Amino acid sequence: MVAALSGSKLRARRMALGLRQGDVARAAGVSASYLNLIEHNRRRVPDDVLARLAQALGQPADSFADGAGAAHHDDLRSIALAWPRAELTRVDEFALRFPGWADTVLAMHQRTLALEAAIAAVNDRMSHDPHLPATLHEVLSAVASVRSTSAILAETEDLEPEWQARFLRNLEQDSARLAKGADALVRYLDSGGQVEAQGTAAPQEEVEAWAARLEWQIADDSNFAGLSGPARDMARDLQAQVRADLAALPDASYRAARALYGADPVAIAAACHAPPFAAFRRIAFDKLGPPAGLVACDASGTLVLRRPVLGFSLPRFGAACPLWPLFTALARPLQPITAQAAVGQRGAAAQFTLRAFCAPSHPMGFAGPELRTAMMLIVPQDQGQSAPMPPSAPPSQPLNAPMAMGSSCRVCDVAPCAARREASILA
Amino acid sequence: MPPQILLIEDEPNIAEAIRFLLTRDGCDVAVITNGAEAMGALSKTAPDLVILDLMLPGLSGLQILSDMRASPDFAALPVLMLSAKGQERDKEAALAAGVSVFMTKPFDNKDMREAVQRLLGGG
Repeated sequence: MVAALSGSKLRARRMALGLRQGDVARAAGVSASYLNLIEHNRRRVPDDVLARLAQALGQPADSFADGAGAAHHDDLRSIALAWPRAELTRVDEFALRFPGWADTVLAMHQRTLALEAAIAAVNDRMSHDPHLPATLHEVLSAVASVRSTSAILAETEDLEPEWQARFLRNLEQDSARLAKGADALVRYLDSGGQVEAQGTAAPQEEVEAWAARLEWQIADDSNFAGLSGPARDMARDLQAQVRADLAALPDASYRAARALYGADPVAIAAACHAPPFAAFRRIAFDKLGPPAGLVACDASGTLVLRRPVLGFSLPRFGAACPLWPLFTALARPLQPITAQAAVGQRGAAAQFTLRAFCAPSHPMGFAGPELRTAMMLIVPQDQGQSAPMPPSAPPSQPLNAPMAMGSSCRVCDVAPCAARREASILA
Repeated sequence: MPPQILLIEDEPNIAEAIRFLLTRDGCDVAVITNGAEAMGALSKTAPDLVILDLMLPGLSGLQILSDMRASPDFAALPVLMLSAKGQERDKEAALAAGVSVFMTKPFDNKDMREAVQRLLGGG
């Protein structure tokens, strides 16, 4: 809540002590007019000023602090950056003076993000799901036949009995087709774009839905109920991988490295002598750590694993944004690739640190082809920065200015974009 | 001699309805259900009009249309295309390929019969 107002608390305390505004301001090393603005919640109180004012008022700074409100300030600033008509310089005043409205704006913003994610998922599915066009075609064909046939039956006065019987039979057949097609469509739409095992979900989607239900804590769960046969096999493979990751990066060493290197999987892997991909998965599936998303692709660029994170949509059927460093890494095996991404409304709503790495493999030895897998960790920017690097471990690559990118072209409003393949439905 | 129509449609009940209607309108309707047989059937039946479904097994309606327009024998033959996809880009592609009339399924029988009469030069 933004409702706990530091300024009001400061004013109440000062007045309770019977102190004059000018005296408290002088004691805290600020001007009286500035303190007046603070007390009337027209300026946010910087931590150092709050500490001095608290000292002058003889009360711990914590009792005046408004931590949750500060987080809201940051969120509101992000929104203001995305909407040029919002008065960026008056964010503090808005949040402090109108906490209810600020909450409402934030709630609407979250709702917008959620709806955009839903649109992205449904659009992605409708654009690429091979089952949907086939089902729609079936339904439309049946409707076309029913319409023509019923019109013939209704409008042809001298219809011979044998033709009448034939068309009635056709009508019955098409009605059955129509019912079947409608049922398939209803089940499809009823899933709301969610992945459910209904005969149309790909095994990969089933596995991702299963893992999501377990909040990606899949190492110990052996209940594969509801998964199709192929999905079970994939789930078991992923589970074996996660167990291997836990063995390669035991909790104690992983947590120590995580504290030292932050969300840098390559640094963590190097420090713990573990495979880099084990560190990618450990970070992304870490329930205790800050949330992080993960995507993996094969050499064709097809996404083979998607662990979503709020604000960063992941296309369900490939066709991802070609600006993702995931694909840069794919072309540069063994080289850590980092990028700052601005994603969402007008490219400024949410920022992420993306870290990608590609490892080749040769499962058939010299006799077989080289395979490549690339992974990309998606870390919301407010938690994406690594802990300070020790001198012996310089960052693998400097972080650049955020680059606007998206999920896939149809649901991305970045403009202009040199990599755009098709127009956006959000434009 | 009644007008000859070649109907290329893989949905048997739609084909039956169309054939019934156009036969009663005095046309002679031949039906094939596989796109791969289209060019052979065209040469064999020498129709006055082709009614062509967009999505066909064997060869798509668009490909058949393109093949027809590339052939001196069928370059000017009227083609009524039916599509259950109903997407604007399908219509644009069909028009670009030289379709005479594009109709989406489900269609009104009266509209379809009037379009046929128009394409045969009688409406």
